[in-house]
Amino acid sequence: MTTAHTLTVDHATVGYGDRVVLEDLELTVPPGRFSVIVGANACGKSTLLRAMARLLVPRAGAVLLDGRQVHREPARRVAQLLGLLPQQPVAPEGIVVADLVGRGRHPHQGPFQRWTTEDDEAVAQALEAAGVLDLADRSVDELSGGQRQRVWIAMALAQRTDVLLLDEPTTFLDVAHQVEVLDLVTDLNRERGTTVVAVLHDLNLAARYADHLFAMKAGRLVAAGPPSEVVTADLVRDVFGLESVVIPDPTSGAPLVLPLGRHHTGA
Amino acid sequence: MTATVARPATTAHAALAASRRARRRRRALVTGGLLALVVALALVALMVGETFVPLGDVVRVALGQTVPGASFTVGELRLPRTATAVLAGLAFGAGGVTFQTMLRNPLASPDIIGISSGASVAAVFGILVLGVSGPTLSAMAVGLGLATALLIYLLAYRDGLLGARLVLVGIGAGAFLHAMVQWMLLRASAWDLPAAIRWLTGSLNDSSWEQVRPLAIAVLLVGPVMVLASRPLAVLQLGDDAATGLGVRVERTRLLLLVGAVVLVSFATATTGPIAFLAFLAGPIAARLVGPGATLVLPAGLVGAALTLAADLVGQHAFDTRFPVGVVTGAIGAPYLVYLLIRSNRAGGSL
Amino acid sequence: MTTQSPTRPPAPARERAVSRRRRWVWLAAALALVAVAAVVSVAFGTRVVSLGDVVGALVGKDEGIAAAAVRARVPRTVLALLVGAALGLAGAVMQGVTRNPLGDPGILGITMGASLAVVSGIAFLGITTLPQYVWFALVGAALTSVFVYLVGSIGRGGPTPLKLALAGAATTAAFSSLVSAILLPRIDVMNVFRFWQIGGVGGATWEAIGIVLPFLVVGTALTLASARGLDALALGDDLATGLGVHVTRARVLAAVGAVLLAGAATAVAGPIAFVGLVVPHAARLVVGVDHRWVLPFSALTGAVLLTLADVIGRVVARPGEIEVGIVTALIGAPVFVALARRRRVVQL
Repeated sequence: MTTAHTLTVDHATVGYGDRVVLEDLELTVPPGRFSVIVGANACGKSTLLRAMARLLVPRAGAVLLDGRQVHREPARRVAQLLGLLPQQPVAPEGIVVADLVGRGRHPHQGPFQRWTTEDDEAVAQALEAAGVLDLADRSVDELSGGQRQRVWIAMALAQRTDVLLLDEPTTFLDVAHQVEVLDLVTDLNRERGTTVVAVLHDLNLAARYADHLFAMKAGRLVAAGPPSEVVTADLVRDVFGLESVVIPDPTSGAPLVLPLGRHHTGA
Repeated sequence: MTATVARPATTAHAALAASRRARRRRRALVTGGLLALVVALALVALMVGETFVPLGDVVRVALGQTVPGASFTVGELRLPRTATAVLAGLAFGAGGVTFQTMLRNPLASPDIIGISSGASVAAVFGILVLGVSGPTLSAMAVGLGLATALLIYLLAYRDGLLGARLVLVGIGAGAFLHAMVQWMLLRASAWDLPAAIRWLTGSLNDSSWEQVRPLAIAVLLVGPVMVLASRPLAVLQLGDDAATGLGVRVERTRLLLLVGAVVLVSFATATTGPIAFLAFLAGPIAARLVGPGATLVLPAGLVGAALTLAADLVGQHAFDTRFPVGVVTGAIGAPYLVYLLIRSNRAGGSL
Repeated sequence: MTTQSPTRPPAPARERAVSRRRRWVWLAAALALVAVAAVVSVAFGTRVVSLGDVVGALVGKDEGIAAAAVRARVPRTVLALLVGAALGLAGAVMQGVTRNPLGDPGILGITMGASLAVVSGIAFLGITTLPQYVWFALVGAALTSVFVYLVGSIGRGGPTPLKLALAGAATTAAFSSLVSAILLPRIDVMNVFRFWQIGGVGGATWEAIGIVLPFLVVGTALTLASARGLDALALGDDLATGLGVHVTRARVLAAVGAVLLAGAATAVAGPIAFVGLVVPHAARLVVGVDHRWVLPFSALTGAVLLTLADVIGRVVARPGEIEVGIVTALIGAPVFVALARRRRVVQL
């Protein structure tokens, strides 16, 4: 059902204050795929995602959704197509899960419009897809970190957008919950064809889950493509300044990066 | 998404919708109850005083009939006072909760972060130094209230707005403006207690029809806008990034809400002085009553009105000395403030 | 300051020596400023007195209006100096103890707490004498500081500047309301009301100074003795413990000293805010972060600031006067705002 929206970054220059972080960056997000942006700390990967999500306005160039600039389009209409899960969203104190997820319906509601059965349906399906339907009446404050993150993803799902941007969705989660969240995002991508772009810290998790990788260094895109082509020892050295051995992951066949140190040179 | 329709989960979905409707019904009930409470308190305020006026006479006077012995007391003395209480309560409550929600901090109400002090300075200057009143005074109060809010906003703005910085800058600005008020009260040699109390803690003693009019117009014009804007406000609560993702123009919405709330609070301050803790108290009480996750602008306004009426009744009749309303709300507000401070710090500081 | 600055590129050791010498120069300058402030305070007021008259009145030769005015201003000046020094010192200690650049007895609600305690004592327990006021003020200041600190430390991240400032502002607002409520029905309330809401030194007497002086001396001794402990606390509790400092004891000692100073100052001068906030920042700007220097400097600068603020209050509003508490707020609030704008302060 996805009409494959295309998100492109067109020669964008982005920064904060007088500091330029991304310069003349260009990329196209493959529609209907799960893309992950990777890179060392402060390489501009979050900045890139924030520019895609129109949290930052490029100084030059543009971010285009189906050929139209996301900053110029009516905010509500863009929000019907392009969803975002920011790094640190804030849950109002005491709010119950269903109400929080219900706020994801905002772009579909006019100022005078009442809550519709479609809204109810969207919230229920989002809760179900994120596996938190049984938590619907619980207060968000009581949930564990992993549950809470799934609730936030449910909120983004209730928004029913065809493109979903996730800014480090696995930060502060232990490894089991990281896998859980990424499995959920993969389901979403496979079952609904949602285009997903995520920023991830963990290169190995990124290589395993992503269909498409964008590797960044110092505000530039240094490689893009399927993990099996992109993740090499040379790239890891270039992007992270780390010597490593890359082997096929015995469970998935995706590339697996084994870092070397001064004491474990592999020689 | 249509592919996932046929499944046994429909009962769960129905339950979900039902519990949402139940929550909404509860909110509607509470709001209705608050409205009834405000009406009841207003009637009581019109009935009791030096002379007791029976309910029937009160209603007749309120409807514009002439009732010997009651028309003056009720129509000219008590009605303006009661109207001022209701309108100021609505304005302080709605304005306060808007700030608290927007800044995600119950302590960030206009009276604590200096917004109402700006309006106070203008009002004191207007009355004591320039000798103006009525619409001119309101205009001055709103002007300086907005200027103060804008200044605080700009001073706090640095690579985006940070709620914490806004609160701190507001505390500093508030202290400065408060000192200005005290200075003017001293300079004008007008340090008589009623004036001091009015401009430091708020009082209804100077209520008159002439004073009510600008406030009424402000509440009627701005109030509905604020109620309508409470939906984007609820989205803003999720954080600036999430709100942008949900299609809210963060800066524009915040500016609209800020201006609306400042206008309400400034008009009310010009009329009654900064009634202590009212803007701060109404929101959290409304949140407790209505339950979490609801929009609070209207309920908080009603709570504000009810509080003002009740506090004024207590201040006028409960003790040997007549206390101005601000002293009573201050005395109620203080322990509650402390309780809330403890609670909100423990919870991490949202409403 | 020093004109004999070296022409050679300074070696590190040399630089340190210079900065140490510079501190002594600054100290001399600060002492000189205190003297100037004192003279100005005695000379200016509703009636301006010439320097000759000041000297004449002080050595007791002159009689007449000028001499009388000078003698009347002497206790006031002494009190302003003492209260300013006490508040400056208390502010420096509070900023050190809470590791919070926004620490100040006024902002943290402590002076208003002392006010409330005294007012409650007057209203409900019938206390009437200054020594009783002092004790009540001390108890009020102590309870309030413990309370504000506890409230500000609950929750994530411990006592952050934001939480403490909010707790203090809220407490001040609350207590100020209670003070109004208590004072309102009382006869002859106007002056009492004004005094306990806005601090001032206009009512100074030698007797009052004599009564608070012992408290100020003890408080000063305690705070100065805790200077090294404060230096260690600045590195964080864990590191301070690692360096062999008894964290709790150092903190309590310093805090008790600060409370004594703030409470005693409030008992004689009412609630005065922002002196304790501004002064330590100025002191650190000049002498660095070493508390053995910051503390004495804060005391001296506080004395100068409060005395000059009092003079301003007397001169600007002639023939009336503005309470010094208002003047310090007008001076101090912009400094507070400037500090709050700094990035580090608001990080939660």
